[in-house]
Amino acid sequence: MGSLQSSPSHQDYVDLAEKTGFSFEQISILHKRFKQLSHNEDKLRREHFGQITDLHANPIREQIVEAFFDRRNFYQEIEEPVSEISFENFLVVMSNFRPPSDNMSQEKLVKVRKEKLRFLFNMHDTDKDGTITLEEYRHVVEELLSYYEALETETARGIADAAMLEVASITRGHMEPDEFYEGITFEHFLKLLEGFDIESRMNIRFMNMDTTTLCKLECRNKVCSE
Amino acid sequence: MGLHRHAGLWLLGSAMLLCCVSPLKAELKNSQHESHSNSNITGISIVTLKWEHVKAPYLVAVWILVCFLCKLVIEANHHVTSIIPESALLICAGFILGGIIWGADHQQTFSLTPVVFFYYLLPSIIVDSGYHMPNKLFFSNLGAILVHAIIGTCWNAATLGLSLWGCQKGGAMGDLDIGLLQYLLFGSLIAAVDPVAVLAVFEQVHVNDVLFILVFGESLLNDGVTVVLFNVFDAFVTLGGAQIDAVEIIKGIISFFVVAFGGSLLGMVFGILMCFLTRCTKNIEIIEPGFIFVVGYLSYLTAEMLSLSAILSCVFCGVCCQKYINANMNENSVKTVKYVMKVLANGSETMIFVFLGISAIDKTIWVWNTGFILLTLLFIFVYRFIGVFLLTWPLNRYRLVPLEFIDQLIMGFGGLRGAVAYGLAVMMDEKKIKEKNLMVSTTLIVVFFTVIIQGILMKPVVTWLKVKRATLHDLTLIEKVQNRVFDHMLVAVEDISGQIGHNYFRDKWKNFEEKWMMWMLMKPSARKTQDHVFSVFHQLNLKDAVEYVTEGERSGSLEFIRNDSVLIDFKKKLGDDMLDAMPDVTADTSFDQGIMLPFRRDPVPSVSLEMHEQTMNGLREMEDLNSHHLLQEHLYKGRKQHRHRFSRNHLSINTDEDEVQEIFQRTMRKRLESFKSAKMGMALPKTISKHTKKEQQKTPNGKNRISVDEDYEFSEADSASGYDPSFTYRAGGGIENPAFMADLDPVVPLQIPPWLAEAELDSGGVAPSQRAQTRPPLTAGDLRRLAPLRISTQSTDSFMMADIPDAEQRRDSFDLPPPPPPPPKDGYHQ
Repeated sequence: MGSLQSSPSHQDYVDLAEKTGFSFEQISILHKRFKQLSHNEDKLRREHFGQITDLHANPIREQIVEAFFDRRNFYQEIEEPVSEISFENFLVVMSNFRPPSDNMSQEKLVKVRKEKLRFLFNMHDTDKDGTITLEEYRHVVEELLSYYEALETETARGIADAAMLEVASITRGHMEPDEFYEGITFEHFLKLLEGFDIESRMNIRFMNMDTTTLCKLECRNKVCSE
Repeated sequence: MGLHRHAGLWLLGSAMLLCCVSPLKAELKNSQHESHSNSNITGISIVTLKWEHVKAPYLVAVWILVCFLCKLVIEANHHVTSIIPESALLICAGFILGGIIWGADHQQTFSLTPVVFFYYLLPSIIVDSGYHMPNKLFFSNLGAILVHAIIGTCWNAATLGLSLWGCQKGGAMGDLDIGLLQYLLFGSLIAAVDPVAVLAVFEQVHVNDVLFILVFGESLLNDGVTVVLFNVFDAFVTLGGAQIDAVEIIKGIISFFVVAFGGSLLGMVFGILMCFLTRCTKNIEIIEPGFIFVVGYLSYLTAEMLSLSAILSCVFCGVCCQKYINANMNENSVKTVKYVMKVLANGSETMIFVFLGISAIDKTIWVWNTGFILLTLLFIFVYRFIGVFLLTWPLNRYRLVPLEFIDQLIMGFGGLRGAVAYGLAVMMDEKKIKEKNLMVSTTLIVVFFTVIIQGILMKPVVTWLKVKRATLHDLTLIEKVQNRVFDHMLVAVEDISGQIGHNYFRDKWKNFEEKWMMWMLMKPSARKTQDHVFSVFHQLNLKDAVEYVTEGERSGSLEFIRNDSVLIDFKKKLGDDMLDAMPDVTADTSFDQGIMLPFRRDPVPSVSLEMHEQTMNGLREMEDLNSHHLLQEHLYKGRKQHRHRFSRNHLSINTDEDEVQEIFQRTMRKRLESFKSAKMGMALPKTISKHTKKEQQKTPNGKNRISVDEDYEFSEADSASGYDPSFTYRAGGGIENPAFMADLDPVVPLQIPPWLAEAELDSGGVAPSQRAQTRPPLTAGDLRRLAPLRISTQSTDSFMMADIPDAEQRRDSFDLPPPPPPPPKDGYHQ
């Protein structure tokens, strides 16, 4: 794991592992990937994500990439708008997709679940005001459906509207006459996705073995071809 | 009372049975009589009993009826079925029926024969399960399913055979003429978990999806293994122990791959064939569903003919084609396919269980050997658990979400054996296997034990162990959207992190599918609407439409149309009353009237002026409107009744597109209308400024003061009163694209003015756009109150809620004095 010049020291590894829950092997693999994306720099910028060709076909790539630069997703507080991220930030965002370990207590599971949902919520809440408004939700649906050229924007809007209506009816059984539904708050979001076992779904298998060598070549080629 | 009824049904059932049994006895006499009468014809007999002619189909039909009646009786007792699963009860019903037959005939005339079971009853169940297979779940767990289906079944067969053999050697079963190979043959036929039994029990216990698909998928896929094992050991038994060498064993292993993969491939070929067929059935939509059944059945029979795994073939046929044929076929055909499949599968299942019960009541097959039977039961039970644990342990190391211990317990407990084992047991050759009857009766006992005892215990065990249950409710739209977000997000993160995982491959496959498979197998028109989110949205709207109509019908036939008329009256009158306060408010309603009563309409340039004009005729107009709508209602009905025609090629049920479309549009309008208000509430400041400005521009007399309360009532009325049927039959908004009437999009109303402008242009008597009729003019003052109030009606998502204020208003409107009196603002609200 010490093969790379700028790879973190052992102490860093321990810190990172503690913070994110990744194993050393996983961290080193992800670090390689990070270097690969950033062309061996210490910081990753938005345009670096553009190199990943597989990502081009993804309808919600912008939201995903944005999530990596969303300071709410880092544990540390950064005031200024984020334009580049360190490896640590990268790892912290990635750790949202870590599968829960086997022997996890019930409270811990609930916490993990909440964190994952928070990540998802932040992704949709583009203006960072704590509510997903109809506009924001429409944006999500539109992007999702942009994959299918056949469906027009009206369709997407209709769907977003209907979904929002549903949300209003679920979260507020009866509304007081003096209030109106301004958007999905995080509490509502939790309630909405109650039956959605996110902790077992929002997961990615992070390899313990170093399989990036194969992937590396592939990606190198991609970078070159662009 | 219920008991009486059931007793009556039972009597009916048994009478029916006797009916079909007693003719059998009389059969001989009958046929003699017939031949006698045929030989010397003396004249034309007016009525002849031709029992022999119809015997076979008649018996089949009566038996089907009897089985269905059993199910009917059983399902009528909810408190019983909630404890004992239906399959167990059906078997018990079979016992009773078998007892009756035995009592009448002293021999078992009817029993489940392998031919009937494998060629007629089983295929429909398999086609159904393949066609309705949750594909994503199935393929994402395919690895675990295959491991359990292949290795697990082999494990079950081998351990059971060897253990029984060992026990016999140890002298636990007395003197039995069974060799090791025969034990293994027995083990192989009883090793497989049965899809029919599993489905019957697990459908009533709603365990979580993953657990369900693991057990069910295993039960489907292990058929290939069972068939191979059974054939191989059958051949080995025939050959005799001495002639088995390595070559034969290798042949056996090869034949496994050929049978299993050949069967699956064959199924896929048939699936693709089916897709192609449904692609070109545009002109024969009425027999479209038939293709599915025939091709599905053919895939089963062809596999059987080629001695491949028929079940695998059928399952994969269904799995491959479901997506494409559902998109290709007409919506009605899809529904038909689904329903007919359920009818067939459910019917077959019922008959299988009943006949299993009947078959058991037969003295000739029963050979009792306590040791053999009890040991078989024990070994089956124990080895199933051991097998599950052994196989899940390595699997869990590779699974992203490991299977919990409790889930494994249920998987082990769900190892139900069923009619497939019995069918195979009966197929054994008595000459080769001396103790066939013992094996058959043991198989029956195992089946009964697993289906009845384990079936009954399944529910309490699941509850007791607190197994994760499936969420029963349908996915809400937002959940569907989130599902999609998930899929894309996981792929994206895998891409970014450079890992190649499940999602990566799934994404690649999806791209491939969209690029090639869809292009090849799907109608061009069907490709467009291929989206789950969209389809849920569509379903939701359809459901709403249906609810709306039901609601309307409950409050009197087509009440909702009359509602409209009265509401319009009301608005009219109110408009009159409020005239000096707010002359411009009801501009749109006046248009309504203009259209409905063209003769009354003067081409006055200004909207509000028109209102003045109409003030004069307030009362008379109301009567006119009522009668007018009464007329229209009848016209509407008449149109409906007129459609009853018989045609073999076209279904005429509710194909009146106008009608369907109208209902649909109404609902959509409601949804969006009430949503608009929510939207309006959010975008409050923007709306206010824009709107008031425009309003001022548009109202000629410049009076812009609107009473808040009044406007609330108006909007309520508006949102409830769809629009007048007289101009709903527009060709434009075809039902294919009904939900997205661009002019109703909630964004547009923010820039409302167009409708007003439009209205002015339209003053020549052209029907204004629908929005123009329903859009209430809103101003700054009313918005704040308006939005929440409307949401509160909507929040329950029920039209009944929306209707309540309407009803009140209607009453109010009748109480109101005719035009002249001064604006009774307060009085009206009391």
